[in-house]
Amino acid sequence: MRMFSALLAGLVFGIGLILSGMTDPAKVLGFLDLAGRWDPSLAFVMGGAVLVGLVAFRVARGRSAALLGGPIQLPGARGIDRRLVLGSLTFGVGWGLAGYCPGPALASLLGGGYKPLLFVLAMLAGMGVYEVQAILAARRAQRPG
Amino acid sequence: MTIAWDQFTPWSALAGGLLIGLATAMLLLLNGRLAGISGILGGLLRPERGDRAWRLAFLLGLLGAPLAAGLFVPLPAVQVEAGDAMLVAAGLLVGVGTRYGSGCTSGHGVCGISRLSPRSMVATGAFMLAGFATVFLIRHLL
Repeated sequence: MRMFSALLAGLVFGIGLILSGMTDPAKVLGFLDLAGRWDPSLAFVMGGAVLVGLVAFRVARGRSAALLGGPIQLPGARGIDRRLVLGSLTFGVGWGLAGYCPGPALASLLGGGYKPLLFVLAMLAGMGVYEVQAILAARRAQRPG
Repeated sequence: MTIAWDQFTPWSALAGGLLIGLATAMLLLLNGRLAGISGILGGLLRPERGDRAWRLAFLLGLLGAPLAAGLFVPLPAVQVEAGDAMLVAAGLLVGVGTRYGSGCTSGHGVCGISRLSPRSMVATGAFMLAGFATVFLIRHLL
């Protein structure tokens, strides 16, 4: 049941991305191009998602467990640090270069030709680089001295 | 600034956004998990085992979305302007950046703002700013 609900959530998420226009990089770049002919549509995607999200997270705050069992796991409160800002800036540059962010790229893979595939493979490589670096940093921290 | 009224699609954008919010609510309330795509995908690259199944199930649904949507409506036409080298560079930056910054448009932009998290608001401001600046640079300066 938990696997089915996760699958269904992924499916609804992806259909939302397709319907909203997020899977069209040209539309995303049209939103990011403030100085050109600006297409404000994607602000409505964010608005619609946050509208439902506000309610969902408010409901979640009053509960200790998920409906299908297990705890509700949210990231703990960490401060605003260099990694957060520099990482997000880096992501934003990549987003602006091609018009793909992770969700829409994945929802474009099947039937989308080789371009989203090329982007996703590079994105996975980038994530892999991060994981390797994180492991090395953890080892360095463990070493005495 | 001029508004591209001919491209403006507020209703489908809003409807899609509501579905994204619904999916986020489902994963949160049913499974107790945050629908941040870069986090869900990146977590699969970790050596730790134990919480892979739900990630795979969610991603399978996400991957299957165009097939499912295509059964009912013709899929909207998309246009990828970026060349191959640009796509690779963009992918690398998005991969490293989202993991280093602990989230992307969904994790920080939708979930984080819905949680009223100051961290996510800063992150969203940062990636939007960088996105605006990058497109400005490419389309209007270079």
